[in-house]
Amino acid sequence: MAFEPDTAAASVVAGTAKPVGSGKHKRFLLALAGFVLTLAFTFLGLLAITFFIGRIVPIDPVLAVVGDRAPKAVYEAARIEMGLDRPLIVQFFNYIGSVLSGDLGTSVSTGKLVADDLKRVFPATLEMATIGIIVGVLLGVPMGVYAASRQGNLVDQAIRVVGLLGYAVPAFWLGLVGLAVFYARLKWVGGPGRVDIFYDGLVQPVTGLILIDSLIAGERDIFFNALWHLALPASVLGFFSLAYIARMTRSFMLDQLAQEYVTTARVKGVPERLVIWRHAFRPILVPLITVIGLSYAGLLEGSVMIETIFSWPGIGNYLTTALLNADMNAVLGSTLVIGAVFIGINKLSDVLYRVLDPRAR
Amino acid sequence: MATSLRAWLVDDSPSSRLQARLGRAWRIAGALSRNPLAVVGTVIILALVLTAIFAPLLATHDPLKQDLTQRLLAPSAANWMGTDELGRDIWSRVVYGARITLVIVTMVAVLAAPAGLIIGALAGYFGGWPDRILMGITDIFLSLPKLILALALVAALGPGIENAVIAIAITTWPGYARIARAETLTFKNSEFIAAIRLQGASSLRVVLGHVLPLCTSSMIVRVTLDMAGIILTAAGLGFIGLGAQPPLPEWGAMIARGRSFILDQWWVATMPGFAIIVVSLGFCFLGDGLRDVLDPKSGEQH
Repeated sequence: MAFEPDTAAASVVAGTAKPVGSGKHKRFLLALAGFVLTLAFTFLGLLAITFFIGRIVPIDPVLAVVGDRAPKAVYEAARIEMGLDRPLIVQFFNYIGSVLSGDLGTSVSTGKLVADDLKRVFPATLEMATIGIIVGVLLGVPMGVYAASRQGNLVDQAIRVVGLLGYAVPAFWLGLVGLAVFYARLKWVGGPGRVDIFYDGLVQPVTGLILIDSLIAGERDIFFNALWHLALPASVLGFFSLAYIARMTRSFMLDQLAQEYVTTARVKGVPERLVIWRHAFRPILVPLITVIGLSYAGLLEGSVMIETIFSWPGIGNYLTTALLNADMNAVLGSTLVIGAVFIGINKLSDVLYRVLDPRAR
Repeated sequence: MATSLRAWLVDDSPSSRLQARLGRAWRIAGALSRNPLAVVGTVIILALVLTAIFAPLLATHDPLKQDLTQRLLAPSAANWMGTDELGRDIWSRVVYGARITLVIVTMVAVLAAPAGLIIGALAGYFGGWPDRILMGITDIFLSLPKLILALALVAALGPGIENAVIAIAITTWPGYARIARAETLTFKNSEFIAAIRLQGASSLRVVLGHVLPLCTSSMIVRVTLDMAGIILTAAGLGFIGLGAQPPLPEWGAMIARGRSFILDQWWVATMPGFAIIVVSLGFCFLGDGLRDVLDPKSGEQH
């Protein structure tokens, strides 16, 4: 599964240097306004797409409410009550209104409000993706730096292959194989689910993140059990972010190591370790933040495939269950939330880049 | 004979368009053959195409024939990759699955690449409001998570290969539109375009006949690099149950069926996975190689 954040990374990384002059504040405000405007525009686009998808569903929403044996008068009344007789554009504005007020409709399969369901399942996904990105950064960055410093040797080639495998291995397949090997054969990690069955529901949800909740409740056993269960799904996700982060780190580092100031440092006799970490690594920190942000957003998306494998009670599992039951409110609600978080993280890393890079300020 | 053909191909001053084109193809092939990974990629893709064409010859069994007395057999001389829960030969199913994968990948490329190419070229060529509107839409699609969008679209359209292809194509075109626009902007003000316009060519003719052909090489690179992602998305849709429907031997759907047996009969789920990995890697290798030859500026970014 390639959680590849597309061309956005490249365009952000390329960064445009703007001239710094008088009226800094004015320019800042203008930039801020422009940013808010594009963000609003993108969200509007997301809403338009989910609205449109909701319209092309071959299921008649009125029939779903009144049943297919309702008399014509009842059908018409329900249709008018649901606002489906109005022009599309009015329906769209109504839709925006209800989404903004937090109303995503009722899920057919759980019988609850989609917004409440999403609030309940989202923390599980967030927890898995966060541990995943930590694994990805802790392993991916050093791997990329090492590969660049030994360009062309065997380890570099191996790291390049790992990077490409990140684009070629299906996430759900890796999860399955991981379960078969590390859980069933080797018994190194916990199986499906967030905790063992007898710990289930013991911890009072405060944040919804079981690692934090169990610590709050002072349940050390549950904390370690949860970590034990998280290890495999988070590592699988971590592998994909590692592949991408290592690849990007390597290419950033190669750019830096080819610069003249690095040669100068080497000629001056600076030890190679310092050349790499103090001289070459520092400047790539800023573009790396963007890469990590994009990768994190990708993991939230990628968890959809992983969660089914690990019976993880997160948004991905919720979405796939809804998909199979043609539960469109739940599908569109999940799409909206994942899409919004995805856009949010992407734009945030974009902003961080602009704030942190003196050339783009 | 062979040397004179080669001399004709590498001739510095080709006397016909055909000679120039073949010569260029010859040079690209030569450059590719010096890149070991690209060679491996080419071999894999060729193998995929040949497997799809000659599936009936390569398969040892009927991919759809069930035999419950032969269910869940481990890989052996008779069943090279074992059998699944209905006693079907997995090797034969993987071989026939190549056809489905190839069809999906080709259809997505045929739908998405021209759409993106035309939208991007029009936006770049005309500029102004058409550009702003088209690129606004493109950017919205680009900033959405592709997989989720494809899932929601298939949920709305209904499961099946055709709808999976449509959904994936809808999520893929924006990348091509961006490239086509960028390329168009670089050519738009060049002298040869001005010369064609002075000869009285219409905008349509300029875009279709002179701008679009110049975008093709970067497009080929991008499409090849995207293939792995398309295969994975299609397999993911199949895995969830929204792509190819049973009894079609689609690789993702085959993995889904093997899920229940992963602990004891590992081959049911793992074998189709290997097929996906090999083919995706093949496209990655070939795409990397093609980029080095056709579009060396863009470097390691992908």
